[in-house]
Amino acid sequence: MSASAITIAGLEKHYGDVRAVDGLDLEIHRGEVFALLGPNGAGKSTTVEILEGFRKRTAGEVSVLGVDPHHSPKGWRANVGVMLQTTSARSALTARESLLHASRYYPHPRDVDETLAAVGLTEKASAKPQTLSGGQRRRLDVALAVIGSPELVFLDEPTTGFDPEARRQFWRLIEGLRGDGTTIVLTTHYLDEADYLADRIGIIAAGRLVALDTPAGLRAQATDARISWVEDGERHLVETPTPTAFLRDLLARTTGEISRLEVVHPSLEDVYLQLSGDAADAAAAASAPATDREAGA
Amino acid sequence: MTTTTATAPSWVSMTTNRLAVEVKEFIRSREQMIFIFAFPMLFLLLFGSVFGGAVLEPTSVTFAQYFMPGMIATGIINTGFQSLAMSIAIDRDEDVLKRIHATPLPATSFFAAKIAQVLFVSIIQIAILIALGVALYDVTLPTDVGRWWTFTWVFLLGTAASTTLGIAMSSLLRNAKAGSAIVTPIVLVLQFTSGVFLVFTQIPTFLQIFASFFPLRWLAQGMRSVFLPEEFAMAEASGSWDHGLIAINLGIWVVVGLFLAVRTFRWTRHDDN
Repeated sequence: MSASAITIAGLEKHYGDVRAVDGLDLEIHRGEVFALLGPNGAGKSTTVEILEGFRKRTAGEVSVLGVDPHHSPKGWRANVGVMLQTTSARSALTARESLLHASRYYPHPRDVDETLAAVGLTEKASAKPQTLSGGQRRRLDVALAVIGSPELVFLDEPTTGFDPEARRQFWRLIEGLRGDGTTIVLTTHYLDEADYLADRIGIIAAGRLVALDTPAGLRAQATDARISWVEDGERHLVETPTPTAFLRDLLARTTGEISRLEVVHPSLEDVYLQLSGDAADAAAAASAPATDREAGA
Repeated sequence: MTTTTATAPSWVSMTTNRLAVEVKEFIRSREQMIFIFAFPMLFLLLFGSVFGGAVLEPTSVTFAQYFMPGMIATGIINTGFQSLAMSIAIDRDEDVLKRIHATPLPATSFFAAKIAQVLFVSIIQIAILIALGVALYDVTLPTDVGRWWTFTWVFLLGTAASTTLGIAMSSLLRNAKAGSAIVTPIVLVLQFTSGVFLVFTQIPTFLQIFASFFPLRWLAQGMRSVFLPEEFAMAEASGSWDHGLIAINLGIWVVVGLFLAVRTFRWTRHDDN
């Protein structure tokens, strides 16, 4: 068995002239929690849907649990759990019935009531999806994605619309899955979520991978700390890789209390915004000459 | 980690499980129950009340006895074609099909369960229709085995044609919300021209010819050959029950429907590729 749950090489997906995914290379290891981050339209969901076997790719090689998801053999689906980005529709079945029926498609399903409890829906077991709140429906979706005890789970923006408490509860659920050795691939807009859950984070922008590292590694990419203070009624802001040296100078040339003095180290969000912003600018710059050429032709 | 195939659920158990979901969804859906399931019964009661025991001259057949097979035929079309086309289109639109596709359920299980659900609902529907007809309008039932054999093959061919065409139709309904507005008129026109709401031989010849290109006319005629006396065959368009033509026409539609259903079916929305 290969150590990789997923390998992606030179993946491309075009919609007409638009390159939603534009030469993506990535390897996701077995047993890791991998977060795919990126702005809307960066190609996250397109990539995930290709991995799930729902979309055809334009070019490149993809292997998920050792097989091409577009030509997946019988039995492959039993090892892959999928939580779609769209929330489950109305149904005549209760939450518990949905899970019970879904569990019967799998060779080694999880216990239905334990799974309901794990997603915090025990009290809503006999409710139909349309009577659940948005967050509760998403938790039912998670339960449906993991009911078959898959080796690999895809979670596409799983916590969108959750309140903070529901998000924490969801994080504990994911930690529990990680403990079972499940490989988890999640896409998210929330940096704190990726920071907290993921072993590694891939940042995707304009269809390309622009960063791939551990959360700590990504944070370390930003070297400049920000020092801000108010002097003579005016706010000052300095970005420097050597904040201590700067502070020493600042303290030496001032007397008394420095108003509103702050030293801030960049958050993961700052790194993310910088990386995805740079990539978007680069993509815009790359497409601009092409337009000129067309106009000139 | 590795999955042993020995414990994987069998095709039959997965199909049965899916059928249970289908039946629960159908029975618990009020719209389906009223507009699909009860529709032919409402019309049987309506026609029964309007025409009562009036007789179709020059035969001794009552209107109720004539409309009974028509309602059975239209019930099969409603359940197999109309209901299936709309429900699959909605399920595709709401990503329900995509969710099913994400599970290990084989496509063949999915379709087998759909067909089994249509058969199950149709049989109950027909049983209630017959019971209503017998209890309220003195409809008489055939007693010989030959006629029930005719009923069986006409029912199965009609259901197969409706179901495959219903699945194919669902792919044409790109906007599921418009589904009802597209499918209902199609079914209504066929019902009026195929001898369901009106006596077939009393409508203009060009409409009879039009209806002959579609399955409902043949399905209704096949059902009449089960429930109407032998001498009524003389009152049919060609002066005969035309069992051969019925089998050929329904059979062609089964093949056409199957071909279109398999070629056009997709799990995901049309804009989702």
